[in-house]
Amino acid sequence: MSNLSKDTKLTLYRGMLYIRTVEERIAELYPEQEIRCPVHLCIGQEAAEVGSGMALERSDYAFSGHRSHGHYLAKGGDLKSMMAEIYGKSTGCAGGKGGSMHLIDLDAGFMGAVPIVGSTIPIGVGTAFGSRLKGEDRVTMIYFGDGATETGVFHESLNFAALHKLSVVFLCENNLYSVYSPMNVRQPAGRTIADLAAAHGIENHAADGNDVETVYSLSKAAVDTARRGTGPVFLEFSTYRWREHCGPDFDNHVGYRSEEEFKEWQKKDPLTRYRELLIAEGTATENELAALAAELLVEVNAAVQFAQSSEFPAPVGAEQRVYAS
Amino acid sequence: MTRELKFSEALLEAQDQCMAADPAVYIMGLGVPDPTGIFGTTLGLQEKYGVNRVFDMPLAENAMTGVAIGSALVGMRPVMTHQRVDFATVAMEQIINQAAKWHYMFDGQVNVPLVIRMIIGRGWGQGPQHSQSLQAMFAHVPGLKVVMPTTAYDAKGLLISAIEDNNPVVMLEHRWLYGITDKVPEEFYRVPLGKAHIMREGTDVTIVGLSYMSLESLRAAELLAERGINAEVLDLRSLRPLDEDAILTSVRKTGNLVMADTAHKMFGASAEILALATEKAFDALKSPPRRVTLPDHPAPTSPALADDFYPRAGHIAAEVLRQLGRDVDDALFLPPEGRHHDQPDSSFKGPF
Repeated sequence: MSNLSKDTKLTLYRGMLYIRTVEERIAELYPEQEIRCPVHLCIGQEAAEVGSGMALERSDYAFSGHRSHGHYLAKGGDLKSMMAEIYGKSTGCAGGKGGSMHLIDLDAGFMGAVPIVGSTIPIGVGTAFGSRLKGEDRVTMIYFGDGATETGVFHESLNFAALHKLSVVFLCENNLYSVYSPMNVRQPAGRTIADLAAAHGIENHAADGNDVETVYSLSKAAVDTARRGTGPVFLEFSTYRWREHCGPDFDNHVGYRSEEEFKEWQKKDPLTRYRELLIAEGTATENELAALAAELLVEVNAAVQFAQSSEFPAPVGAEQRVYAS
Repeated sequence: MTRELKFSEALLEAQDQCMAADPAVYIMGLGVPDPTGIFGTTLGLQEKYGVNRVFDMPLAENAMTGVAIGSALVGMRPVMTHQRVDFATVAMEQIINQAAKWHYMFDGQVNVPLVIRMIIGRGWGQGPQHSQSLQAMFAHVPGLKVVMPTTAYDAKGLLISAIEDNNPVVMLEHRWLYGITDKVPEEFYRVPLGKAHIMREGTDVTIVGLSYMSLESLRAAELLAERGINAEVLDLRSLRPLDEDAILTSVRKTGNLVMADTAHKMFGASAEILALATEKAFDALKSPPRRVTLPDHPAPTSPALADDFYPRAGHIAAEVLRQLGRDVDDALFLPPEGRHHDQPDSSFKGPF
C-alpha cells in the first residue's frame, strides 16, 4: 500500500474517471455529426494525464498538442467551456475559433494546445523562460507524444531548457503510434526516448504510464526539482491509445496494429487497475466508486447540455481579433 | 538642430530607448552581443542591460522563435534578430502557425508582442541563400505585421512602434540602407505601422517603392525630372497593414503607377499593389501599371552574374518612360562608377 492519503488516491481516481467519462460521452455523441471538428480521444491514457496534472499547482503552466482533452481537464480546465468549444459554440474556451485541437483555460494555467506536433514544446520552454526573467517560481509542464520526439524543435527546446536550467517538466506519453506509424519505422531499436533527454544532459525517468500512483509520485518529484530551478526534468510514460488516432471508433481491424496487442493493453487499463487496487486495499468500496461514476456522468451530461444549448458565435466573429489592439 | 544618424545607429537607439522604457523588452539573436553587434545595431546593449536582457542564442531559429512566443504570452516583449531573412525561413513554422495565430485562435485571450528583425542581404557574393526578399511570404499571413523602413528616421520610429505593438511584427531591413544617414531626433518617437510616406511629390506618375527600392525610385524621379516628367515617390514603409488610401490617392492624382520592389515579380508585393490599383482605381488609370522587380531566378554569386540582377534607378525611370510612351535613352542604363556595382557605395569594403 502506498503512503498517499486517502484523499489523494480518491482524487487521482476521480480525475481519471472524469476524463474517461468525458471522452466516452464524446465518442457516443460524435456520430450525431453535431461535433464538427476532429477529436483525438485519450481513452486509455488517463493515468499519465491525471497523475502529472495533479502534481502541478494551479498557477503553474501546461501546454499540449492535438490529444489534449485529458491534459486540459487534469490541469483544472473548465469542462463546460471545453465541450462548448468542441461544439463550436460562442461559450467555448476559444469562442469557437479553435475547436478540440485548440483548448485554452488561462485561469487554470492551461496555456494552450495546438495540433502541429512538437510546436508547443518551445513555446512552453518560452513561458518558463519568461517566468525566469520575471523571477517567478512557476513550473511549465509540456505534454507531447512519442512522435514529437522526432521533430527538430524537440531537440532544440531541450537544449535551451538545459542550457538555462529552466523550470520545465517535459512529459512524453509514449503510446507507440504516430497516427498509424509504429515506433519501429520511426526510431532506431535499442534507443529509448528517455535516452534522448539524457543526451541533452537532462534528468530523466521512464515508467509505466498506466500506473497512476507511479506517474503522480514521479511527476511530483519532477515538479519540485523543476521549481528549484536546478534544471528541467524529462518523464516518459508508456501507455496506449484505445481508439483511432482521430475520431470516436476502434480501429484495430484496419491493419496497423493487432487486436491482440490492444487486448493486452486493455488488461493494463489504468482505471480498472486502480479501481481494483482501491477496493482491495480498502480505500473505497465498490458502491462508493459506483456512486462517484454516477455523479460524474451527471456533471458531464450537464456540460454536454450546456454546449448543445449554447449559441453559435455570430458570423462576424470570424473576422474579429485577428490583431490585438 | 537635429543630429544625423546612420540607419544602423537609429535602430540601435530605438532598441536602447525601448529597453530603458520597458523592462519587459529583451533582445536575442545569433551574434547579438558579438563584437560586430548585428552591423552595429546591438552594440553595447548587453553591457548596458545585462546578459539576461541581451543575449546570444543556440543555433536553433525555430525553437528560439517558440521560446520568444512563449515568453511573449506571459508578458515579455522579445526582439529577435536574424542576420539574414533566409535564416528566418527555418522558423517559418513558429512564425506562421504559432506567432500569427495565437491571438486569433484563442479568440483574443492572449497576445504575442514579438518583433523579428531580418536583414535582406545584397551584393558582395551574398548569393542564393543570403539575399532573399521574402516580404510577400510574411505579408500573406493574417496575424503578422510587416514593416520595411527606408530612412534612418523611419528605422527608429518604426522599430519603436513595432516593439510597442501587441502583435508579431516582422521588420525587414535592407543591408544597403545601414550606412545611409538622416536627421534623427534624440527623443523617443513613433512612426505608425501601416502608413506610407510621400518622399517626393509629383503629378505625372506614382512610383511606389519598398525599402532600398524607394531610394532608387527617388533617384529615378531625378532622372525623370531631367526628361520633363514629375514623378511622385511613395515609400510604402509597411506591407501589413497596407496603406491603401495613400496608394489610391496618389494613383488617382497621377493616373500612372509603377511599383519598385526588392523582390521577385510573381505573386509578390508588386502584384498586390497593382491589383489594388486596378480593383479600386481602374477609372483613374491612364496606362497599364508596371513593375520593376528582380528577375525570375535566384540571386547568383559572382559579380559578373550579379551585376545585372538588381534593377537600378535607370531601370525604374525607363519603365516610366515606356509607360508614358516616351523614348528610352541608353544613358539610363549606364552602370554606376567602378568595376563592379555589388556594393552600396565605394566607401564600402567587403565582406558584409
